[in-house]
Amino acid sequence: MSSLSNIIKKEVKELLTPATLVPIIIMALIFGSLGGAIGGATSKLSEKPIVGVIDQDHSVLSQFVYSQLDKNSKIVYNQSDVQAGIKEVSAKNGVALIVLQSDFQSNITSNHSASITVVWIMRGAGMADTFSMAPVQAVLAVMTTNLSRYIIDHHVTENSSVILQPLKRHEDTEFKGRMMVGISPDIISSVVSQQGLVVPLIVLMVIIMAGSMVISSMGMEKENKTLETLLTLPVSRTAIVLGKLVGAAIVGLVVAGIYMVGMGYYMSSLMISAPIDLAKYGMTLGAFDYVLVGVSLFLALVSALALCMILGIFTKNYKAAQTMTLPITLLALIPMFVTMFTDFDTLPTSMQIGLFAIPFTHPMLAMRELMFGNSALVLAGIAYNAIFAVVAMFIAVSLFRKDILLTGRVKSAQRSRGGMLVQSMFGKRRR
Amino acid sequence: MEIWHMAAIEVNRLTKKYGQFLALKEISFSVKEGEVYGLIGPNGAGKTTTLRVLSTLLEVTSGEVKIFGHDLVKEANEVRKIISYLPEDAGAYKNMTGREYLIFISAFFGEGQGRKDMLERGLKFAHLDERIDDKVDTYSKGMARRLLVARALMIKPRLAILDELTSGLDVLNAQEIRRTVKTSAQQGMTLLLSSHNMLEVELMCDRIALINDGMIVASGTPRELKEQYDAPNIEEVFVKVVTK
Repeated sequence: MSSLSNIIKKEVKELLTPATLVPIIIMALIFGSLGGAIGGATSKLSEKPIVGVIDQDHSVLSQFVYSQLDKNSKIVYNQSDVQAGIKEVSAKNGVALIVLQSDFQSNITSNHSASITVVWIMRGAGMADTFSMAPVQAVLAVMTTNLSRYIIDHHVTENSSVILQPLKRHEDTEFKGRMMVGISPDIISSVVSQQGLVVPLIVLMVIIMAGSMVISSMGMEKENKTLETLLTLPVSRTAIVLGKLVGAAIVGLVVAGIYMVGMGYYMSSLMISAPIDLAKYGMTLGAFDYVLVGVSLFLALVSALALCMILGIFTKNYKAAQTMTLPITLLALIPMFVTMFTDFDTLPTSMQIGLFAIPFTHPMLAMRELMFGNSALVLAGIAYNAIFAVVAMFIAVSLFRKDILLTGRVKSAQRSRGGMLVQSMFGKRRR
Repeated sequence: MEIWHMAAIEVNRLTKKYGQFLALKEISFSVKEGEVYGLIGPNGAGKTTTLRVLSTLLEVTSGEVKIFGHDLVKEANEVRKIISYLPEDAGAYKNMTGREYLIFISAFFGEGQGRKDMLERGLKFAHLDERIDDKVDTYSKGMARRLLVARALMIKPRLAILDELTSGLDVLNAQEIRRTVKTSAQQGMTLLLSSHNMLEVELMCDRIALINDGMIVASGTPRELKEQYDAPNIEEVFVKVVTK
């Protein structure tokens, strides 16, 4: 038994390392925070939705509908001006403005479905941004059923098709200052998601491919004992770092490119043609916008590679290098999932700051934000990524000049004298 | 009596710390140009640390080191142009052939005819015949070491720093490598080497420093040391110094 426990103890100690645990803990935290966000969004569904109602008919039937809406939702606007209604509902964080047309009752009594217009107020293009529509849809469904009952009970009409379908719904969407006539939020969400899905995937693939190349290259240099020779050659540390980064970037881009060709065919087979003309609403990208997306992507790649190089410096061998790519992959997955699920603009400030701090967020957001004309955020992201890349490169080159590159981790005694990285970077420098 | 031209290595009160661990304690020594200087000592005495510091791989904690007049800290790039370091357990890029590896290294040190000559020297030193065009991955330990020695010497460095030159090699390979290195030394190259092989040190070195616990505890020519410690060979000197 003692032999068995001895072996078990050894195995657990060998397998349960910080390198194993940290990525799992980070993953758990990501799922936890995503769960919190979804929980927050779904808990709102049980509350009465905030709406505005404009009754242009002032008839018995329209007033019955109004009373039904009032019972199941919180009406924050009930005057007659549509534009003012949209503004008021939007200001009160409402979801929709429901307009009962002036011929509401006359249509039903003349055996036609009555017209209502639902103006949806959509704040973001993420999946979660369409969740708030569900309670209003439910309220409208209940109201429609009750209207059918009312028509039967009060013998308003005996036309079965009108009884079964008393309402003819027209949907418009107010989205980031644009009024999109005849379009519902779920169509907008799906079109915008499709448009913004390719870049995050490219970013993810390039970062994973090129990043793992850099870290593996460092792992192999250490495992094959070639690093010491390389470092004693008459070539600057900056040139070594740059050579490794550019080499990895080229291979990473080629590999990711090959992967994306297959992925592109796969995605195009899944995508439906856009049911809305984005150009009509000014939601298309010009040549300069594509340049900005390219610059953002390039800087994110440089940042990723410099980060990987820093991690690679701490790797001991090729095997250890494989696990080192996990933090970078996770860092790229966070903005990818968050931007797929929600809209950056509708996130709480703390989450916006957190996402902004991740350099990979910016190219993932760039296309969508430029589509909405929010170039300030994209330019700010480019500036941030440029600074991040320079700082990360500086740290990588500085660490390349330090003992830590060959000796691995610094002993705790040194750490206690002001921090490992600070000590390593700002100690006596060798040219 | 031989005439030494100038100091190839000047080490003055060199200290090296790893965290709180003092690996080198204010060691001082100098090596003259053309000299073959050996560092011997037990495992963990500080031999490899000394060689790594002198090769610009590790930072200097305190003290001063000059290689052919170049300050090691301030002019590390200049130092790298004139030295060649061969670590004990060095490897070559496994996906390259022996020839490709020598070509890769030669690109850092010359161009044109100079580079061609360098490569010729490398091929001669490696003495791998047709196996030079095989992947390094397929080489035996002796073949790989011959390639690495060729890499270190083909560039004709002013100073070659060789850590455990023949460690783990069979007698034939070790002899061939020693011959190659000696030829370079006879042509005026300065050599700083460390070894556990006392016979190798005695045969090759003009002067020897015995290093123990981060300090140089004895130095001199092999003859001087043997006389000083009344020992028949350097191995006995080593034992007497270390167990003193």
